Amino acid sequence: MSHDSTIAPTEVPLRRVGSFKPDLLQTENHGLCPGCGHPIGVRIILEVLQEMNLANRSICILGHGCYGTFQSKLDIESILSLHGRSPAVATGMKRMRPDCAIFTLQGDGDMVSEGLAEVMHTAARGESVTCFLLNNGVFGDTGGQMTATTVVGQRTKNTLEGRNPTYHGHPIPIAEIVARMPGVAYVARGSVHAAPDTVRTRRYVRKAFEHQMQGNGFTLVEMLTMCPTGWFVPTPQGPNYLNETLQKVYPLGELRDIRAEKNGTPLHR
Amino acid sequence: MSARGTVVIDTERCKGCELCIPACPPRVLSMSEHSNVKGFHYPELAAGCTGCTNCLMVCPDFVFEVYRFETSVR
Amino acid sequence: MALKLLEGSEAIAEAALAAGLKFYSAYPMSPSTELLEHLARKLPERGGVCVNADTEIEGVMMAIGAATVGARSATGSTGQGVALMQEAIAEAALTELPLVVFTMGRAQQDYFQSTRGGGWGDYRTITLAPKDVPEAVEHTQLLFHLADKYRCPCILLGDNILARTQIGVDVQPLEFPSLPPKEWAFDGASGGTGRAKSLWSWGIGKENNLAEGGVDGHWKRVAAKFKHIEAAEQRFDQGFVDDAELLVVSFGTAGKFVEYIVRELRAQGQRVGYFRPVTLWPFPGAALERASRAARKVAVFELNAGQMIEDVRMHVTDRSKVVAIGDISTDEAGINMGSLMSAPPIRERIRNALQEIHA
Repeated sequence: MSHDSTIAPTEVPLRRVGSFKPDLLQTENHGLCPGCGHPIGVRIILEVLQEMNLANRSICILGHGCYGTFQSKLDIESILSLHGRSPAVATGMKRMRPDCAIFTLQGDGDMVSEGLAEVMHTAARGESVTCFLLNNGVFGDTGGQMTATTVVGQRTKNTLEGRNPTYHGHPIPIAEIVARMPGVAYVARGSVHAAPDTVRTRRYVRKAFEHQMQGNGFTLVEMLTMCPTGWFVPTPQGPNYLNETLQKVYPLGELRDIRAEKNGTPLHR
Repeated sequence: MSARGTVVIDTERCKGCELCIPACPPRVLSMSEHSNVKGFHYPELAAGCTGCTNCLMVCPDFVFEVYRFETSVR
Repeated sequence: MALKLLEGSEAIAEAALAAGLKFYSAYPMSPSTELLEHLARKLPERGGVCVNADTEIEGVMMAIGAATVGARSATGSTGQGVALMQEAIAEAALTELPLVVFTMGRAQQDYFQSTRGGGWGDYRTITLAPKDVPEAVEHTQLLFHLADKYRCPCILLGDNILARTQIGVDVQPLEFPSLPPKEWAFDGASGGTGRAKSLWSWGIGKENNLAEGGVDGHWKRVAAKFKHIEAAEQRFDQGFVDDAELLVVSFGTAGKFVEYIVRELRAQGQRVGYFRPVTLWPFPGAALERASRAARKVAVFELNAGQMIEDVRMHVTDRSKVVAIGDISTDEAGINMGSLMSAPPIRERIRNALQEIHA
């Protein structure tokens, strides 16, 4: 299985600082494309849950998309629910089990196209649930068509000349919209295209769960993820494309944090 | 050249995305000439790893296990 | 027995609470709105939660969320609102979640929807159609029991007469056989154990505990469950069938009017009988077949263009005996029961059917 090409002697004492996979993932094998950003996001969420000792009181509601494959792989109680509807399911769960960490895992097609009403109403109700948005600007699972977050100029299977606002409309920045609603406790946007970004995103995920467990209100963490297949770019170009295209429209950083507002501390940008 | 850490690479799981190559700060990962059973090239480690775990953080396929030595080795 | 003057919606709300309802979420739509209003007030008083949904889809999905964590939950609307919930109801059936849906119809045009469903897949719903408020009080409690027993969505099909009639009713909590604890329900606790619970309409389970037969295996098991329910849960009511030359078949509120007219005509010496499916699904076909054997005509009275009549024709051995004596009938606004749901026109139509037999 392994191929260790270091030249270090094996009798040197060492300690493991990173495992192949998070403990809360049952298998490393998933059928997602080379260079897909989704598994990186899933790793971050699972490691934070483990760190916060929330595994045995968490419930995950997955939407429909490539990331749906993780439903059978998470060692977390999980249900895969109807396209776009996860925040409503989360609401019913949290109202009955406020002691649980309830979170959704949704793509941009799921949350911002199909599920726009659900996420906004759940945010407006201030439900202390956490919604995760894996945003790659395409409906990946159906082969890469445009969604409500596809950026202007982005080529997809049904915008081959690039998204044209006159014909196809403009993208919806759901995180910015939700961030200004009362009842919302924490909104942040991170990325998984580079190691330092995964570290920042991890902090955002942790803060979101902290807010949830304190019952402060709705939390949303968006993660920009690579989809080189959907973007028609060579796999190693994924991070570049994300950085130059999606990130220009969806800037990274914290958008709302009621704890910071209360303490007068600045948001992380 | 000394190494402060090392990685174990699951070459058969790798899908050859190459995201680890630029992520490695000391640039000690490079893609092998060989392919695995799936047909993908996979990374190989040269001397000088720091055990920083960047490769693990950016890898979509859980290919890396990372170790740090208690003292640097040559 | 202590009778209290309640409108049907309030009686149903009280019955749901007696059955242990803990979560209700719905969107207002006539004539289901009062049920939401009653529960918005009563549920929090009894330790439950009522969320005012912003859409019908939200209403049913929130109820599904509550059901997933083991709470008795429900949603409600009228047929046109339940139309939006079709995907969710099918999903609940295939995911094997208990759910009670109160379809408070306007007239009687919701039969197809309430028995066939417009969602995807090999699923059914247990659908009960009470004839009056006291029956609705029983049926409501029964449905919460059946939903939990079989882990499936169950529909109470009412109408605006049921919802808005004020009547003296005693909402007594009914006893049901005890059910095993909901081992499948989520509470987070199995997370991190290597045996985390999984639910999905495709049912494959977790990687280290995959369900046998994959997706097909799951769907076949669910379909087989509905076949079992079909055999085990049929309910009907009938009267004067043994020597009836005319059998009148109706459901819901129509059944109460038909029974009244049939009793009146019997007292006048007419050989007429009534048959009322109580479960619209599973449809009591075998019982109907037996009840219709002696009859020369089977007249179906329903306020629509002919919906239940299809099930009647499917089960009565001699299809040529079956005639429709109902019709679409709503008020001028199209949202309430029409003038056909009253004794004089029903009496006339039944008499005409008898005359045709004697001619």
